[in-house]
Amino acid sequence: MALLQTEGLTYTYSAGTPFEKTAVDHVTLTIEENTMCGVIGHTGSGKSTLMQHFNGLLKPTEGKVLLDGQNIWADKARMRDVRFQVGLVFQYPEYQLFEETVYKDIAFGPRNMGLSDDEIKHRVLASADALGLSRDMLKRSPFALSGGQKRRAAIAGVIAMRPRLLILDEPCAGLDPKGRALMLRQIRDYQRNSKSTVLLVSHSMEDVAEFTEKLLVMSKSKLFCFDDTPKVFRRAEELSALGLRVPQIASVMGELRKRGIDLPQDLYTVEAARDALLGLLRKEAV
Amino acid sequence: MLKDITLGQYFPGNSVIHRMDPRFKIICTVLFIVMLFAGNSLWTLVIGAVFVVMAQLLSRIPLKMSWKSLKPILPILVFTAVLNLLFIADDNILWQWKFIKITMGGVHTSVFMIVRIVLLITGSSLLTYTTSPILLTDAIESLMNPLKKIKFPVHEMAMMMSIALRFIPTLIEETDKIMSAQKARGASLDSGKMMERIRALIPILIPLFVSAFRRAEELATAMECRCYRGGEGRTRLRQLRAAPRDYIAFVICMLFTAASVTVNILFK
Repeated sequence: MALLQTEGLTYTYSAGTPFEKTAVDHVTLTIEENTMCGVIGHTGSGKSTLMQHFNGLLKPTEGKVLLDGQNIWADKARMRDVRFQVGLVFQYPEYQLFEETVYKDIAFGPRNMGLSDDEIKHRVLASADALGLSRDMLKRSPFALSGGQKRRAAIAGVIAMRPRLLILDEPCAGLDPKGRALMLRQIRDYQRNSKSTVLLVSHSMEDVAEFTEKLLVMSKSKLFCFDDTPKVFRRAEELSALGLRVPQIASVMGELRKRGIDLPQDLYTVEAARDALLGLLRKEAV
Repeated sequence: MLKDITLGQYFPGNSVIHRMDPRFKIICTVLFIVMLFAGNSLWTLVIGAVFVVMAQLLSRIPLKMSWKSLKPILPILVFTAVLNLLFIADDNILWQWKFIKITMGGVHTSVFMIVRIVLLITGSSLLTYTTSPILLTDAIESLMNPLKKIKFPVHEMAMMMSIALRFIPTLIEETDKIMSAQKARGASLDSGKMMERIRALIPILIPLFVSAFRRAEELATAMECRCYRGGEGRTRLRQLRAAPRDYIAFVICMLFTAASVTVNILFK
């Protein structure tokens, strides 16, 4: 079922001044429930601006944003409810921590929702678990945590609101490779367990290839495509014309195919490629 | 949006006034203020007005900008005008109603005050319109140099001013980001009672302070890494050099001021 739709969404910065710039240009798309989507595009392609429309932080200059088929700008009183249903985690979210303890900080969102103390506690603990924050950490000051832990605490603060659509703007920026992999796995597990929709904005093709089902590609303020991840990667040439690339492993497989090695299409994760190559080797050995 | 706030009102351009040495611009502005306040005759205003019109035309700053700098002081203008109108009494009564008297002297003074304030604001805002904040600090530093003799930390003051100016846009951007992030967590910033609103600021102020301190520390480290050790023996990227046009401008200003002073002595 359609969770969130946009119709001809356009946003212009500083309209009417010499600095006018259209950041999002007539984007129409439909985001389904219970999917893991990736969002890719160059810096300045309008990804972040688009994401800020989904929970009503920015008001479209033109066009509509529909949540469950209802225009989110139709009734301003509903806006807070929209923000609880569409959780947005900004880049470097650790800079928004402010409470005395991690527990209180995670509880900030649920408390704003007006939930009971029991429910708040339940949600805080559940989202801390989802991101691997120990009970002991919850009692500490968020400023005493390491960078990666701070990031987890901040993301947990949004997850605790149980949004139906969770948008993460580069949740892995600045993390080490091990931290990246763990973070992405935790986000995927969260998505599977909660059956919500997650939009993962990323610069890493490898990450979106491995973790997402659908891909939204932005280019020069326009929606280039929004399709199943394998289908998007089949358009490797178009992507590279946009200055984006397919995952390294997909290029390697493509080259091998060109040289006449009998490999299937849609190999864009290292695991899939390894299995395919091992299969071939075994066949040749027989 | 917070981004719409403009601090420092530099209006980029390449006019004669823009290219003037900022030190001379400051001195000329001071002279201009002397010119305006030298006397109370009509001539003072005429001289001041001619000066402002001339400078305005030379600077090619659109009149719309001058209007923008006048707008915030409109209430003050109205207030002084009304006060002068009501409380200055002489024998030449124009209109009377119970205890309220409007006299010729009152009308004269209030019109005079309005014109003087308008000239003062439009004239002196040309300084900030045509000079970038950084150049302005450089000029202030250079003009305050004699104070070094009495151990006043001129360079340090100027450095603090430049850093503050440099970080205003950064901090505004940061505030914007933090506000968005907290709004995304359901913080309501623009509704509720006074106390609730004040409390709603905590989630914004704390991260803002934390990041300001972090930035300060990073900047201090970066400066130390480049062996910054204060003003002693430091050379500059932008050398302030007076050109002939600066002296000409200075002489013109002096002439106007002298004219204003003499006219007031002669026509007393």
